[in-house]
Amino acid sequence: MIALTRRYHFAAAHVLRHPDFDDAENERVYGKCANPNGHGHSYGLEVTVAGPIDRDTGRVVEPERLDALVRQHALEGLADRFLNDQPAFRDLVPTAENIALVVHAALEEPIAEETRTRLLRVRVEETRRNHFECGESQ
Amino acid sequence: MVRISRAIEFSSSLRYERPDLSPEENRRLFGSRASRHGHNYRLEVTLEGEPDPRTGMVLDLKILNDILEREVMERFDHRDLNDDSPFFEKQPPTPENVARVIYQLLSEVLPAGLLQRIRLEPETDLWVEVSGATP
Repeated sequence: MIALTRRYHFAAAHVLRHPDFDDAENERVYGKCANPNGHGHSYGLEVTVAGPIDRDTGRVVEPERLDALVRQHALEGLADRFLNDQPAFRDLVPTAENIALVVHAALEEPIAEETRTRLLRVRVEETRRNHFECGESQ
Repeated sequence: MVRISRAIEFSSSLRYERPDLSPEENRRLFGSRASRHGHNYRLEVTLEGEPDPRTGMVLDLKILNDILEREVMERFDHRDLNDDSPFFEKQPPTPENVARVIYQLLSEVLPAGLLQRIRLEPETDLWVEVSGATP
């Protein structure tokens, strides 16, 4: 199998609070991430696709093609945004786990339809010390 | 099972070129990558196996180092991928093709079944992984 990964960056703000929890519960669950005024991260986003190598171009996918899809379907709603205000997180706490799942769900169909590859996994790096992945590990 | 990984770096020049196309057609198909350019490639090789009960090693790293030196460094480091090797006369040295060639070269000389995956990183924001049966 040949898999190609592209790495992107975005800066975003968020607050981790569940609407059903009271203040004490939110602070117990989310700690300093529950600060009502928010905080932010420089996120890293890695998108991995797999597919056959095209004989004409020698490529699995043109990186610029993948970049355009990721920009349109993922980064547009993340980069320089307050995530809690974004439609994707209306009913979802914008943890990095949920960001990874939202990006995976948003990219799966366009990548399958507009490239010859399939989405293998999405990796979100919230800080240099923690990252979150969803999809296939290999 | 235990996985061990070893990384090396090599620097090469290259151009995306298909000999069946004219220079203009190559430029149209490959854009600026049809021009001669270069990369520092980082190659990570991952082996998977049971450690030898006597030595405690999946494979003596010196053997792996020698293989990487002979199969990768001597062929590609400070060389031109198109002109100094036979692998890219008919296919462009895209990251995908370079990774596939290296995976093939390593799987032919490593003890059977040990090579689990390679990861070739020509740029910090793009890399290719090859694993399993070579496509």
